[in-house]
Amino acid sequence: MTGTIPAPAPVVGRTREGIAQRLAEDLQDGYVVNLGVGIPLLVPRFLPADKEVVLHAENGVLGIGAEAAPGQEDPDLTDAGKQPITLISGAAITDSALSFAIIRGGHLDCTILGALQVSASGDLANWYVPGKNPAVGGAMDLVAGTPQVWVAMEHVDRTGRPKIVPECTMPLTGKGVVTRVYTDLAVFHVVDGALRLVECAPGVTPEDVRANTTAPYTEHLAG
Amino acid sequence: MIDKFREDVLSVVDAVPSGASIAVGGFGSSGRPDALLDALCELDKRDLHVIVNNVGHDFTGVGRLLHEGRLRRVTASFPILQEFYDEYFAGRVELELIPQGTLAERLRAGGAGIPAFFTPSGAGTMLSDGSFTLRYAPDGGVAEHVPAKETRLINGREHVLEEGIVADFGFVKAHKGDRKGNLRFRLSARNFNPMAGMSGRTTFAEVEHLVEADELHPDDVHLPGVFVDDVVLSTGKAPAIDDPAAAPTRKAS
Repeated sequence: MTGTIPAPAPVVGRTREGIAQRLAEDLQDGYVVNLGVGIPLLVPRFLPADKEVVLHAENGVLGIGAEAAPGQEDPDLTDAGKQPITLISGAAITDSALSFAIIRGGHLDCTILGALQVSASGDLANWYVPGKNPAVGGAMDLVAGTPQVWVAMEHVDRTGRPKIVPECTMPLTGKGVVTRVYTDLAVFHVVDGALRLVECAPGVTPEDVRANTTAPYTEHLAG
Repeated sequence: MIDKFREDVLSVVDAVPSGASIAVGGFGSSGRPDALLDALCELDKRDLHVIVNNVGHDFTGVGRLLHEGRLRRVTASFPILQEFYDEYFAGRVELELIPQGTLAERLRAGGAGIPAFFTPSGAGTMLSDGSFTLRYAPDGGVAEHVPAKETRLINGREHVLEEGIVADFGFVKAHKGDRKGNLRFRLSARNFNPMAGMSGRTTFAEVEHLVEADELHPDDVHLPGVFVDDVVLSTGKAPAIDDPAAAPTRKAS
């Protein structure tokens, strides 16, 4: 009688908040940053008090402050997710063309985006699942113009399929645009068009990362 | 003497024929010219091509035009209303999907006399390579693709040729406006409004406050009256904050 081989237990790495917290450690004082939806929206709550990071929203807000308190919402002041916000001291408002001049012109330091897939050469797919509803927003402008494109995402999708893949099978947002990937299992950098594993999450081994990643990459782990 | 203020919004909007193209300001409901859009419905205008960032979360504004079957084509970056997608996949409305920064710049360029420009946004994607579906057939097949866009290597990088948009009409909402058509917006309600106003061959502005001459300091005018043909009063209450929790659920189609 042959027994079935038990499926390996899923690797447990960082939580969604943990991914955001790890990424926030790498933001530098003085950075101007645009945040996409999903895990990137968790990043502001983990910014250290000794760093000043200015947040930009594509609808023309440079210097987003805290969420508006209940009863204090202003319909004329919202973020890119159409949620009521406040402004920080020193904030500026622009129209949409100037907002995208800031984005496309390379005047942001970093954009943090969610992803459906990232390829071995840093291609990004994050706007369209074929057969579902297409909507692109500012994603293609952000990856075209921002020097650093950091992806914050779960390492595998809900069915366990790797999202860091040799080639994207989903429609691209941009080619060779991703510079870093932060997941629950690991941190990758893209250097000269190739993925480097630079860090495993606490409790996660390089073998765990290999087993959940179909893209080729090299290991550059500290220590 | 120049006085662009009109009491009757319906007589202003009646200049829009069915079949017209209209560039519409707003980002979600923030800064969206609902009085002008509602007038299109009251006047039973149809077969419209609307150029706007979002169709919306509900059946107000552009969402009302969609719900009442008045749209032939939408040029947008983030349409998002489920009923819009239902109509798109059924072949009853066309979608030209473009990156948001490209949308803003195409409207600005059209109003600025720039017929086309090269941008890196969308290079190497299906929004520039001719594979995106503009119109579905009633049987669910593809009736027509958005044509492939010309590309050029500039400084070793691929760029996409995008055309400026000159719309038949521009619909704008401003916080304050005077009888010369000078406009001032408020906070993030500015968004696409200056570009929609520039893009229109004829532009209508609805204002929350009609102010007297010289109340707007020349330094504080965001869109000069030279871009504006008629000024009407915005009606109704300020738009509610969009609530995604109350929005129709996105589903696979």
